[in-house]
Amino acid sequence: MQLSTKHLLGIKDLVPEDISLILSTASQFKEVLQRPVKKVPSLRDVTIVNLFYENSTRTRISFELAEKRLSADTINFTASGSSVSKGETLLDTVNNILSMKVDMVVMRHSASGAPHFLAKHIPAAIVNAGDGINEHPTQALLDAFSIKEKLGTLEGKKIVLIGDIMHSRVALSNIYLLKKMGAEVMVAGPPTLIPKYISEALNVKVEYNLKKALEWCDVANVLRIQLERQNQVLFSSLREYNLAYGVSKKLLDGLDKEIVIMHPGPINRGVEIDSDVADSNQSIILQQVENGVAVRMAVLYLLAARGN
Amino acid sequence: MTIILDKQQLQLTILRLAHQLAENHVDLNDIVFIGLQPRGVPVSKLVVENIQQLFPNEKVKYGVLDITFYRDDVRSELHKANTTDIPFSVEGKHVVLIDDVLYTGRTIRAALDALQDFGRPKKVELCVLVDRRFNRELPIQPDYFGKAIDTLGSQKVKVEWDKEEVILY
Repeated sequence: MQLSTKHLLGIKDLVPEDISLILSTASQFKEVLQRPVKKVPSLRDVTIVNLFYENSTRTRISFELAEKRLSADTINFTASGSSVSKGETLLDTVNNILSMKVDMVVMRHSASGAPHFLAKHIPAAIVNAGDGINEHPTQALLDAFSIKEKLGTLEGKKIVLIGDIMHSRVALSNIYLLKKMGAEVMVAGPPTLIPKYISEALNVKVEYNLKKALEWCDVANVLRIQLERQNQVLFSSLREYNLAYGVSKKLLDGLDKEIVIMHPGPINRGVEIDSDVADSNQSIILQQVENGVAVRMAVLYLLAARGN
Repeated sequence: MTIILDKQQLQLTILRLAHQLAENHVDLNDIVFIGLQPRGVPVSKLVVENIQQLFPNEKVKYGVLDITFYRDDVRSELHKANTTDIPFSVEGKHVVLIDDVLYTGRTIRAALDALQDFGRPKKVELCVLVDRRFNRELPIQPDYFGKAIDTLGSQKVKVEWDKEEVILY
Protein backbone atom coordinates (compact mmCIF):
# COMPACT_ATOMS: atom_id res chain seq x y z
CA MET A 1 0.00 0.00 0.00
CA GLN A 2 1.49 3.32 -1.07
CA LEU A 3 0.72 6.42 -3.13
CA SER A 4 0.24 5.81 -6.83
CA THR A 5 2.45 8.77 -7.68
CA LYS A 6 6.07 9.72 -6.99
CA HIS A 7 5.33 13.45 -6.86
CA LEU A 8 2.42 15.53 -5.66
CA LEU A 9 2.00 17.82 -8.65
CA GLY A 10 -1.75 18.13 -8.53
CA ILE A 11 -4.93 16.48 -7.30
CA LYS A 12 -5.67 15.73 -10.96
CA ASP A 13 -3.07 12.90 -10.91
CA LEU A 14 -4.32 11.24 -7.70
CA VAL A 15 -6.74 8.34 -7.41
CA PRO A 16 -9.39 8.35 -4.62
CA GLU A 17 -7.35 5.73 -2.69
CA ASP A 18 -4.37 8.14 -2.59
CA ILE A 19 -6.58 10.87 -1.17
CA SER A 20 -8.05 8.55 1.46
CA LEU A 21 -4.57 7.35 2.44
CA ILE A 22 -3.30 10.93 2.80
CA LEU A 23 -6.32 12.00 4.87
CA SER A 24 -6.19 8.97 7.19
CA THR A 25 -2.44 9.37 7.70
CA ALA A 26 -3.01 13.07 8.40
CA SER A 27 -5.42 12.28 11.22
CA GLN A 28 -2.69 10.17 12.88
CA PHE A 29 -0.26 13.06 12.51
CA LYS A 30 -2.84 15.39 14.01
CA GLU A 31 -2.71 13.24 17.15
CA VAL A 32 1.12 13.48 17.11
CA LEU A 33 0.76 17.28 17.18
CA GLN A 34 -1.22 17.06 20.46
CA ARG A 35 1.57 15.17 22.27
CA PRO A 36 3.99 16.73 24.77
CA VAL A 37 6.75 16.10 22.18
CA LYS A 38 5.26 17.01 18.80
CA LYS A 39 7.89 15.34 16.72
CA VAL A 40 8.53 11.91 15.19
CA PRO A 41 11.84 10.60 13.79
CA SER A 42 10.38 9.25 10.50
CA LEU A 43 12.29 11.44 8.01
CA ARG A 44 15.59 11.77 9.88
CA ASP A 45 17.51 10.85 6.75
CA VAL A 46 15.65 13.17 4.37
CA THR A 47 16.63 16.67 3.28
CA ILE A 48 13.94 18.92 1.84
CA VAL A 49 14.31 22.25 0.07
CA ASN A 50 11.47 24.75 0.16
CA LEU A 51 11.71 26.58 -3.11
CA PHE A 52 9.48 29.65 -3.06
CA TYR A 53 9.44 31.75 -6.20
CA GLU A 54 6.29 33.50 -5.02
CA ASN A 55 5.21 35.08 -1.74
CA SER A 56 3.66 32.91 0.93
CA THR A 57 3.04 33.02 4.68
CA ARG A 58 0.85 30.08 5.69
CA THR A 59 1.94 27.50 3.15
CA ARG A 60 5.62 28.11 3.74
CA ILE A 61 5.48 28.11 7.53
CA SER A 62 3.17 25.11 7.43
CA PHE A 63 5.51 23.09 5.19
CA GLU A 64 8.52 24.06 7.26
CA LEU A 65 6.83 23.03 10.50
CA ALA A 66 5.64 19.78 8.92
CA GLU A 67 9.19 18.98 7.79
CA LYS A 68 10.70 19.78 11.18
CA ARG A 69 8.10 17.71 13.01
CA LEU A 70 9.05 14.77 10.80
CA SER A 71 12.72 15.36 11.74
CA ALA A 72 13.72 16.16 8.15
CA ASP A 73 16.53 18.64 7.43
CA THR A 74 15.26 21.73 5.64
CA ILE A 75 16.66 24.46 3.45
CA ASN A 76 14.69 27.55 2.52
CA PHE A 77 15.06 29.28 -0.78
CA THR A 78 13.32 32.44 -1.84
CA ALA A 79 13.70 33.92 -5.31
CA SER A 80 14.27 37.44 -4.02
CA GLY A 81 17.83 37.82 -2.78
CA SER A 82 19.02 34.74 -4.71
CA SER A 83 20.94 34.29 -7.94
CA VAL A 84 17.65 34.20 -9.83
CA SER A 85 18.06 37.95 -10.21
CA LYS A 86 21.44 37.28 -11.89
CA GLY A 87 19.67 35.28 -14.58
CA GLU A 88 19.95 31.68 -13.38
CA THR A 89 17.27 29.40 -14.83
CA LEU A 90 14.86 27.36 -12.69
CA LEU A 91 16.44 24.07 -13.76
CA ASP A 92 19.99 25.30 -13.04
CA THR A 93 18.97 26.57 -9.62
CA VAL A 94 17.32 23.27 -8.69
CA ASN A 95 20.14 21.12 -10.08
CA ASN A 96 22.64 23.13 -8.05
CA ILE A 97 20.61 22.59 -4.91
CA LEU A 98 20.15 18.89 -5.65
CA SER A 99 23.90 18.40 -6.16
CA MET A 100 24.16 19.15 -2.44
CA LYS A 101 22.20 15.91 -1.81
CA VAL A 102 18.63 17.08 -1.36
CA ASP A 103 15.87 14.44 -1.55
CA MET A 104 12.65 16.41 -1.94
CA VAL A 105 11.58 19.74 -3.38
CA VAL A 106 8.59 21.71 -2.13
CA MET A 107 7.92 24.33 -4.73
CA ARG A 108 5.78 27.39 -5.32
CA HIS A 109 6.01 29.22 -8.61
CA SER A 110 3.97 31.87 -10.42
CA ALA A 111 4.13 29.89 -13.68
CA SER A 112 1.50 27.17 -14.07
CA GLY A 113 3.21 23.85 -14.79
CA ALA A 114 6.61 24.79 -13.33
CA PRO A 115 6.67 21.76 -10.95
CA HIS A 116 5.55 19.46 -13.79
CA PHE A 117 8.49 20.72 -15.85
CA LEU A 118 10.89 20.06 -12.98
CA ALA A 119 9.48 16.58 -12.39
CA LYS A 120 10.51 15.62 -15.93
CA HIS A 121 14.09 16.75 -15.44
CA ILE A 122 15.16 15.97 -11.89
CA PRO A 123 15.22 12.77 -9.82
CA ALA A 124 13.92 14.25 -6.53
CA ALA A 125 10.29 13.98 -5.40
CA ILE A 126 8.39 17.22 -5.93
CA VAL A 127 5.52 18.66 -3.93
CA ASN A 128 3.60 21.43 -5.61
CA ALA A 129 2.93 24.23 -3.11
CA GLY A 130 1.02 26.26 -5.70
CA ASP A 131 1.78 26.85 -9.38
CA GLY A 132 0.32 29.95 -11.01
CA ILE A 133 -3.40 29.53 -11.64
CA ASN A 134 -3.17 25.73 -11.96
CA GLU A 135 -3.19 23.76 -8.69
CA HIS A 136 -2.50 24.00 -4.97
CA PRO A 137 -2.94 20.35 -3.97
CA THR A 138 -2.02 20.50 -0.27
CA GLN A 139 -4.56 23.29 0.25
CA ALA A 140 -7.31 21.16 -1.28
CA LEU A 141 -6.24 18.21 0.89
CA LEU A 142 -6.34 20.26 4.08
CA ASP A 143 -9.69 21.74 3.05
CA ALA A 144 -11.03 18.21 2.55
CA PHE A 145 -9.55 17.09 5.87
CA SER A 146 -11.21 20.03 7.63
CA ILE A 147 -14.61 19.35 6.01
CA LYS A 148 -14.35 15.67 6.93
CA GLU A 149 -13.44 16.56 10.49
CA LYS A 150 -16.44 18.89 10.74
CA LEU A 151 -19.07 16.91 8.80
CA GLY A 152 -17.75 13.33 9.06
CA THR A 153 -17.61 12.66 5.33
CA LEU A 154 -17.19 14.31 1.94
CA GLU A 155 -19.52 12.01 0.08
CA GLY A 156 -22.78 13.67 -0.88
CA LYS A 157 -21.87 16.97 0.77
CA LYS A 158 -22.58 20.17 -1.12
CA ILE A 159 -19.65 22.53 -1.33
CA VAL A 160 -19.67 25.91 -3.01
CA LEU A 161 -16.50 27.74 -4.01
CA ILE A 162 -17.15 31.47 -4.05
CA GLY A 163 -15.30 34.28 -5.79
CA ASP A 164 -12.34 34.42 -8.13
CA ILE A 165 -12.61 30.95 -9.67
CA MET A 166 -10.75 32.06 -12.80
CA HIS A 167 -7.45 32.85 -11.07
CA SER A 168 -7.68 30.45 -8.15
CA ARG A 169 -5.48 27.36 -8.00
CA VAL A 170 -7.24 26.53 -4.73
CA ALA A 171 -10.53 26.33 -6.64
CA LEU A 172 -9.21 23.96 -9.30
CA SER A 173 -7.55 21.61 -6.79
CA ASN A 174 -10.67 21.65 -4.64
CA ILE A 175 -12.92 20.83 -7.59
CA TYR A 176 -10.76 17.85 -8.63
CA LEU A 177 -10.55 16.54 -5.09
CA LEU A 178 -14.19 16.98 -4.09
CA LYS A 179 -15.45 15.39 -7.31
CA LYS A 180 -13.11 12.40 -6.85
CA MET A 181 -14.39 11.92 -3.31
CA GLY A 182 -18.05 12.04 -4.27
CA ALA A 183 -19.04 15.55 -3.13
CA GLU A 184 -21.26 17.90 -5.10
CA VAL A 185 -19.49 21.06 -6.21
CA MET A 186 -20.78 24.48 -7.22
CA VAL A 187 -18.83 27.55 -8.21
CA ALA A 188 -20.33 30.98 -7.54
CA GLY A 189 -19.22 34.51 -8.37
CA PRO A 190 -19.48 37.20 -11.02
CA PRO A 191 -19.54 35.84 -14.60
CA THR A 192 -16.27 37.64 -15.35
CA LEU A 193 -14.45 35.59 -12.71
CA ILE A 194 -15.88 32.19 -13.69
CA PRO A 195 -14.40 30.39 -16.72
CA LYS A 196 -17.00 30.13 -19.44
CA TYR A 197 -17.01 26.38 -20.03
CA ILE A 198 -16.26 25.27 -16.47
CA SER A 199 -19.57 23.46 -15.99
CA GLU A 200 -19.01 21.21 -19.04
CA ALA A 201 -15.25 20.81 -18.50
CA LEU A 202 -15.27 19.96 -14.81
CA ASN A 203 -18.87 18.90 -14.24
CA VAL A 204 -19.69 21.51 -11.60
CA LYS A 205 -22.77 23.64 -11.02
CA VAL A 206 -22.48 27.36 -11.74
CA GLU A 207 -24.42 30.05 -9.87
CA TYR A 208 -24.17 33.80 -10.29
CA ASN A 209 -26.44 34.62 -7.34
CA LEU A 210 -24.64 34.40 -4.00
CA LYS A 211 -27.79 34.00 -1.91
CA LYS A 212 -28.98 31.03 -3.99
CA ALA A 213 -25.54 29.46 -3.77
CA LEU A 214 -25.50 29.75 0.02
CA GLU A 215 -29.01 28.31 0.27
CA TRP A 216 -27.86 25.26 -1.69
CA CYS A 217 -24.63 24.41 0.13
CA ASP A 218 -23.43 22.69 3.32
CA VAL A 219 -20.02 24.33 3.12
CA ALA A 220 -18.96 27.65 1.57
CA ASN A 221 -15.28 27.97 0.71
CA VAL A 222 -14.73 31.69 0.12
CA LEU A 223 -11.76 32.51 -2.11
CA ARG A 224 -9.58 35.59 -2.20
CA ILE A 225 -9.86 38.09 -5.03
CA GLN A 226 -6.47 37.68 -6.68
CA LEU A 227 -5.81 41.24 -7.80
CA GLU A 228 -2.16 40.43 -8.50
CA ARG A 229 -3.16 37.97 -11.24
CA GLN A 230 -5.83 40.12 -12.88
CA ASN A 231 -4.47 42.17 -15.74
CA GLN A 232 -7.79 43.61 -16.81
CA VAL A 233 -10.81 45.12 -15.11
CA LEU A 234 -13.13 42.24 -14.21
CA PHE A 235 -15.38 44.10 -11.76
CA SER A 236 -15.79 47.80 -11.16
CA SER A 237 -14.62 48.16 -7.56
CA LEU A 238 -13.87 46.13 -4.45
CA ARG A 239 -16.77 47.87 -2.75
CA GLU A 240 -19.16 46.80 -5.48
CA TYR A 241 -17.78 43.27 -5.33
CA ASN A 242 -18.41 43.21 -1.60
CA LEU A 243 -21.99 44.34 -2.05
CA ALA A 244 -22.78 41.65 -4.63
CA TYR A 245 -20.52 38.74 -3.57
CA GLY A 246 -19.20 39.48 -0.09
CA VAL A 247 -20.34 36.85 2.45
CA SER A 248 -22.03 38.84 5.22
CA LYS A 249 -23.57 37.98 8.57
CA LYS A 250 -26.92 39.19 7.30
CA LEU A 251 -26.87 36.73 4.39
CA LEU A 252 -25.96 33.82 6.65
CA ASP A 253 -28.62 34.75 9.23
CA GLY A 254 -31.19 34.67 6.43
CA LEU A 255 -30.51 30.97 5.73
CA ASP A 256 -32.57 28.22 7.36
CA LYS A 257 -29.44 26.24 8.31
CA GLU A 258 -25.95 26.85 9.65
CA ILE A 259 -23.38 26.35 6.92
CA VAL A 260 -19.62 25.91 7.42
CA ILE A 261 -17.47 28.84 6.31
CA MET A 262 -13.94 28.28 4.98
CA HIS A 263 -11.27 30.51 3.48
CA PRO A 264 -7.79 29.47 2.31
CA GLY A 265 -6.27 32.82 3.37
CA PRO A 266 -4.99 35.44 3.17
CA ILE A 267 -8.34 37.09 3.90
CA ASN A 268 -9.31 40.43 2.42
CA ARG A 269 -11.65 41.44 5.23
CA GLY A 270 -14.58 43.45 3.98
CA VAL A 271 -14.08 42.30 0.37
CA GLU A 272 -14.96 38.63 -0.17
CA ILE A 273 -15.86 38.00 3.46
CA ASP A 274 -16.92 40.27 6.32
CA SER A 275 -14.97 40.29 9.57
CA ASP A 276 -17.86 39.10 11.74
CA VAL A 277 -18.31 36.07 9.46
CA ALA A 278 -14.60 35.20 9.33
CA ASP A 279 -14.40 35.34 13.14
CA SER A 280 -17.74 33.60 13.84
CA ASN A 281 -18.31 30.09 15.23
CA GLN A 282 -19.41 28.93 11.80
CA SER A 283 -15.97 29.65 10.42
CA ILE A 284 -13.28 26.93 10.49
CA ILE A 285 -10.61 29.15 8.94
CA LEU A 286 -8.08 28.70 11.76
CA GLN A 287 -8.77 24.96 12.00
CA GLN A 288 -7.85 24.80 8.30
CA VAL A 289 -4.48 26.34 9.11
CA GLU A 290 -3.97 23.97 12.05
CA ASN A 291 -4.84 20.94 9.93
CA GLY A 292 -2.46 22.14 7.22
CA VAL A 293 0.59 20.98 9.19
CA ALA A 294 -0.79 17.45 9.75
CA VAL A 295 -1.86 17.10 6.11
CA ARG A 296 1.53 18.25 4.82
CA MET A 297 3.28 15.86 7.21
CA ALA A 298 1.19 13.06 5.71
CA VAL A 299 2.08 14.07 2.13
CA LEU A 300 5.81 14.33 2.84
CA TYR A 301 5.85 11.12 4.87
CA LEU A 302 3.99 9.11 2.22
CA LEU A 303 6.13 10.45 -0.65
CA ALA A 304 9.36 9.82 1.28
CA ALA A 305 8.21 6.29 2.16
CA ARG A 306 7.73 5.71 -1.54
CA GLY A 307 11.18 7.09 -2.33
CA ASN A 308 13.22 3.90 -2.15
CA MET B 1 0.05 -25.65 10.72
CA THR B 2 0.19 -26.24 14.48
CA ILE B 3 -2.12 -24.92 17.13
CA ILE B 4 0.06 -23.36 19.83
CA LEU B 5 -2.79 -22.30 22.09
CA ASP B 6 -6.37 -23.46 21.66
CA LYS B 7 -9.40 -21.51 22.84
CA GLN B 8 -9.32 -22.71 26.44
CA GLN B 9 -5.53 -22.40 26.75
CA LEU B 10 -5.69 -18.88 25.34
CA GLN B 11 -8.29 -17.81 27.91
CA LEU B 12 -6.30 -19.37 30.77
CA THR B 13 -3.06 -17.82 29.55
CA ILE B 14 -4.58 -14.35 29.41
CA LEU B 15 -6.06 -14.84 32.86
CA ARG B 16 -2.64 -15.91 34.17
CA LEU B 17 -0.93 -12.87 32.63
CA ALA B 18 -3.53 -10.64 34.28
CA HIS B 19 -2.92 -12.28 37.65
CA GLN B 20 0.86 -12.03 37.31
CA LEU B 21 0.61 -8.35 36.46
CA ALA B 22 -1.79 -7.72 39.34
CA GLU B 23 0.46 -9.62 41.72
CA ASN B 24 3.44 -7.41 40.91
CA HIS B 25 1.52 -4.13 40.81
CA VAL B 26 -0.82 -3.94 43.75
CA ASP B 27 -1.04 -0.12 43.62
CA LEU B 28 -2.92 0.68 40.41
CA ASN B 29 -2.33 4.44 40.72
CA ASP B 30 1.22 4.17 39.44
CA ILE B 31 0.71 1.70 36.63
CA VAL B 32 -0.49 2.19 33.07
CA PHE B 33 -1.11 -0.46 30.43
CA ILE B 34 -0.39 0.29 26.79
CA GLY B 35 -1.40 -2.01 23.94
CA LEU B 36 0.66 -1.82 20.75
CA GLN B 37 -1.20 -1.18 17.50
CA PRO B 38 -2.48 -3.00 15.64
CA ARG B 39 -2.18 -6.61 16.81
CA GLY B 40 -1.42 -5.98 20.46
CA VAL B 41 -4.75 -4.24 20.97
CA PRO B 42 -7.12 -7.25 21.30
CA VAL B 43 -4.81 -9.13 23.70
CA SER B 44 -4.10 -6.02 25.79
CA LYS B 45 -7.83 -5.27 26.04
CA LEU B 46 -8.50 -8.77 27.39
CA VAL B 47 -5.62 -8.61 29.87
CA VAL B 48 -6.75 -5.19 31.10
CA GLU B 49 -10.39 -6.35 31.39
CA ASN B 50 -9.25 -9.23 33.57
CA ILE B 51 -7.16 -6.94 35.77
CA GLN B 52 -10.09 -4.54 36.06
CA GLN B 53 -12.26 -7.39 37.34
CA LEU B 54 -9.69 -8.07 40.08
CA PHE B 55 -9.90 -4.40 41.18
CA PRO B 56 -13.56 -3.44 40.67
CA ASN B 57 -13.27 -0.24 42.73
CA GLU B 58 -10.37 1.29 40.82
CA LYS B 59 -9.99 2.45 37.24
CA VAL B 60 -7.20 0.73 35.33
CA LYS B 61 -5.37 3.19 33.05
CA TYR B 62 -5.22 1.86 29.51
CA GLY B 63 -4.08 3.33 26.20
CA VAL B 64 -3.04 2.21 22.73
CA LEU B 65 0.16 3.24 20.96
CA ASP B 66 0.95 3.16 17.24
CA ILE B 67 4.64 2.95 16.41
CA THR B 68 4.47 3.38 12.62
CA PHE B 69 6.25 6.75 12.58
CA TYR B 70 9.08 5.36 14.75
CA ARG B 71 9.89 2.30 12.65
CA ASP B 72 13.46 1.77 11.43
CA ASP B 73 12.22 0.74 7.98
CA VAL B 74 10.04 3.78 7.20
CA ARG B 75 11.70 4.39 3.87
CA SER B 76 11.76 0.83 2.59
CA GLU B 77 8.17 -0.25 3.21
CA LEU B 78 5.05 1.79 3.90
CA HIS B 79 2.92 0.68 6.83
CA LYS B 80 -0.49 2.16 7.44
CA ALA B 81 -0.59 4.31 10.54
CA ASN B 82 -3.15 3.47 13.24
CA THR B 83 -4.66 5.49 16.04
CA THR B 84 -2.67 6.36 19.13
CA ASP B 85 -4.76 7.10 22.19
CA ILE B 86 -2.92 7.67 25.45
CA PRO B 87 -5.28 9.87 27.48
CA PHE B 88 -2.91 10.27 30.47
CA SER B 89 0.69 11.25 31.18
CA VAL B 90 3.24 8.45 31.51
CA GLU B 91 5.61 10.73 33.45
CA GLY B 92 6.92 8.84 36.49
CA LYS B 93 4.61 5.85 35.88
CA HIS B 94 5.21 2.14 35.59
CA VAL B 95 4.34 1.33 32.00
CA VAL B 96 3.46 -2.18 30.86
CA LEU B 97 3.66 -2.55 27.08
CA ILE B 98 1.47 -5.35 25.78
CA ASP B 99 1.79 -7.03 22.37
CA ASP B 100 0.70 -10.32 20.87
CA VAL B 101 3.93 -11.82 19.49
CA LEU B 102 7.52 -10.87 20.36
CA TYR B 103 9.73 -11.72 17.38
CA THR B 104 12.67 -9.57 16.24
CA GLY B 105 12.20 -6.98 18.98
CA ARG B 106 12.14 -4.09 16.51
CA THR B 107 8.54 -3.11 17.29
CA ILE B 108 9.38 -2.86 20.98
CA ARG B 109 12.48 -0.77 20.17
CA ALA B 110 10.23 1.64 18.26
CA ALA B 111 7.64 1.60 21.05
CA LEU B 112 10.28 2.57 23.63
CA ASP B 113 11.21 5.54 21.43
CA ALA B 114 7.58 6.53 20.95
CA LEU B 115 6.88 6.29 24.66
CA GLN B 116 9.52 8.95 25.40
CA ASP B 117 7.35 11.49 23.57
CA PHE B 118 4.62 11.08 26.21
CA GLY B 119 6.89 11.68 29.20
CA ARG B 120 9.60 9.86 31.16
CA PRO B 121 8.25 6.63 32.64
CA LYS B 122 9.74 5.40 35.92
CA LYS B 123 9.89 1.86 34.61
CA VAL B 124 8.82 0.03 31.45
CA GLU B 125 7.93 -3.66 31.35
CA LEU B 126 6.98 -5.89 28.45
CA CYS B 127 4.16 -8.42 28.40
CA VAL B 128 3.58 -10.63 25.34
CA LEU B 129 1.26 -13.51 24.58
CA VAL B 130 3.81 -15.47 22.54
CA ASP B 131 7.59 -15.16 22.78
CA ARG B 132 9.41 -16.46 19.71
CA ARG B 133 12.74 -17.18 21.37
CA PHE B 134 15.94 -17.35 19.28
CA ASN B 135 14.62 -14.96 16.62
CA ARG B 136 15.60 -11.71 18.32
CA GLU B 137 17.52 -9.07 16.37
CA LEU B 138 17.82 -6.69 19.33
CA PRO B 139 18.60 -7.21 23.03
CA ILE B 140 14.97 -7.14 24.21
CA GLN B 141 13.27 -9.74 26.44
CA PRO B 142 9.74 -9.97 27.86
CA ASP B 143 9.01 -9.60 31.59
CA TYR B 144 5.78 -11.58 31.23
CA PHE B 145 4.94 -14.06 28.48
CA GLY B 146 2.08 -16.42 27.81
CA LYS B 147 4.04 -19.09 25.98
CA ALA B 148 7.61 -19.28 24.71
CA ILE B 149 8.14 -21.19 21.47
CA ASP B 150 11.05 -22.08 19.20
CA THR B 151 10.40 -21.19 15.58
CA LEU B 152 12.19 -20.78 12.30
CA GLY B 153 12.40 -17.35 10.66
CA SER B 154 10.40 -18.73 7.74
CA GLN B 155 7.44 -19.61 9.98
CA LYS B 156 4.60 -17.33 11.01
CA VAL B 157 2.79 -17.05 14.32
CA LYS B 158 -0.72 -15.66 14.20
CA VAL B 159 -3.37 -15.04 16.82
CA GLU B 160 -6.74 -15.78 15.21
CA TRP B 161 -9.19 -13.78 17.33
CA ASP B 162 -12.31 -15.03 15.56
CA LYS B 163 -11.39 -18.64 16.39
CA GLU B 164 -9.58 -17.66 19.60
CA GLU B 165 -6.51 -19.69 18.72
CA VAL B 166 -2.79 -19.07 18.32
CA ILE B 167 -1.48 -20.84 15.25
CA LEU B 168 2.02 -21.54 13.91
CA TYR B 169 2.19 -21.70 10.13
